[in-house]
Amino acid sequence: MLLISCPNCGSRDETEFHYGGQAHVPYPENPNELNDREWAEFLFYRDNTKGVFAERWLHSTGCRQWFNMLRDTVSYDIQAVYPMGTPRPAAAAAAAESGTASLAADSTTTGSAGPSTSATSIAETSTNASSTTAPEGATK
Amino acid sequence: MSADLLPEHPDFLWRNPEPKSSYDAVIVGGGGHGLATAYYLAKNHGMTNIVVLEKGWLAGGNMARNTTIIRSNYLWDESAAIYEHALKLWEILPEELEYDFLFSQRGVMNLAHTLGDVRESIRRVGANKLNGVDAEWLEPDQVKELCPILNISDNIRYPVMGATYQPRAGIAKHDHVAWAFARKCDELGVDIIQNCEVTGFLKDGNRVVGVKTNRGTINTEKVGLCAAGHSSVLAEMAGFRLPIQSHPLQALVSELHEPVHPTVVMSNHVHVYVSQAHKGELVMGAGVDSYNGYGQRGSFHVIENQMAAAVELFPIFARAHVLRTWGGIVDTTLDASPIVGTTPVENMFVNCGWGTGGFKGTPAAGLTFAHTIATGAPHKLNKPFALERFETGALIDEHGAAAVAH
Repeated sequence: MLLISCPNCGSRDETEFHYGGQAHVPYPENPNELNDREWAEFLFYRDNTKGVFAERWLHSTGCRQWFNMLRDTVSYDIQAVYPMGTPRPAAAAAAAESGTASLAADSTTTGSAGPSTSATSIAETSTNASSTTAPEGATK
Repeated sequence: MSADLLPEHPDFLWRNPEPKSSYDAVIVGGGGHGLATAYYLAKNHGMTNIVVLEKGWLAGGNMARNTTIIRSNYLWDESAAIYEHALKLWEILPEELEYDFLFSQRGVMNLAHTLGDVRESIRRVGANKLNGVDAEWLEPDQVKELCPILNISDNIRYPVMGATYQPRAGIAKHDHVAWAFARKCDELGVDIIQNCEVTGFLKDGNRVVGVKTNRGTINTEKVGLCAAGHSSVLAEMAGFRLPIQSHPLQALVSELHEPVHPTVVMSNHVHVYVSQAHKGELVMGAGVDSYNGYGQRGSFHVIENQMAAAVELFPIFARAHVLRTWGGIVDTTLDASPIVGTTPVENMFVNCGWGTGGFKGTPAAGLTFAHTIATGAPHKLNKPFALERFETGALIDEHGAAAVAH
């Protein structure tokens, strides 16, 4: 079971949370201009990263607030928790690139006793004003 | 069960050749679907200069991690057609493959626990009958008659209000199914290469012309992807996306018991499904983790919920011990139906998205996918399951019949 560090409530069991899928997927800016292919992309296509993945979670039985999280989909290590509307932390984004392309044997032996809940304040890397008002890529 | 009743040891069932530099077709993934595809390519289409590449050991992925249930009681015409065709193939395959993989048509019950369940179930029985699939609606006392260890009391949280029943459904011994296909593939000249991981694809423009592996490059005219949970990782290497999300799905077995469980019982509502293996283990399936994962292990609370449901439905299970738990990685689509067909890359084909129901579909997946690879065109049974349905909107929404919520 994941131990998730809610930005408002602190570390709680996974059972208190609801998974919300990939983060940073903006609603189309001009929906009327989308063709069927582009609608299919928006509705049905999401990244399925093997490695570090940016995803949304809802603390449904706690503060009922959404937040974003960087989590490794192989080791299940939680690398960052950051507010909705702020960009994906840059350092971990680079790690995701290598993780995505990897077809290495599934590493179920990460050696850690449980998921890391450190780096919960990576949000401070988002200092520019625009990034706090709209999700990354919202101006499609 | 004594050893003389079991089929031959797998070491002697197929060769382990070195990969050649070129094949007419490369199948990526040496699980049930990959092996069945290679078998039907050779048998039905005469393509014998082909290879199955497996990054681990033969059938060691989802093929070794499922709960072995075979049924065809799906709601929609498209699904009923492909799964019922699979069931008909299961019925003849032991003889055709000359290998007894212990296919046991002991029937499957899908329990209903709410008035909504009851209505949906009776509707599905009607739909099944119209599609030529054997199906019956059972009242609680008939459920009890078929499976005496089930608790049909009114005083439990989710009482059994009835069940759908498919008598021709059942289980098979999954590893022996894989060995049966592998043995026949080998006889027909198909190369099976284990410990061979695909690391990339060679393309000429938009056409795939080869596969890069950790054991060298293999030139080929056609590539079929049968990698289940890793399909989107392979697709990304090839330069296209799939509408797939990979989730861990857990299962467990008990220690061995005397025969107590005569049929297969599934419940989508309280989320447990149980059968008793030929040797005597109680085999139980749990749910998927809500989050994406490739770790082949899942969350403990999913198992905990499953066990609570199992003990309420089957009070005698409270005395059973869990022997082991494990996870498989299922590739799910948003309509809970598979994707079998062409891809945006020319000469590359994909068979994926079977979610939690891939094992039962193995022979039909192989047969139709082989047709698509050999001819470049869809088989009539896999045509509705093309990737294009996510653009056209012709989805096949089988969440209600999928047995595992995902």
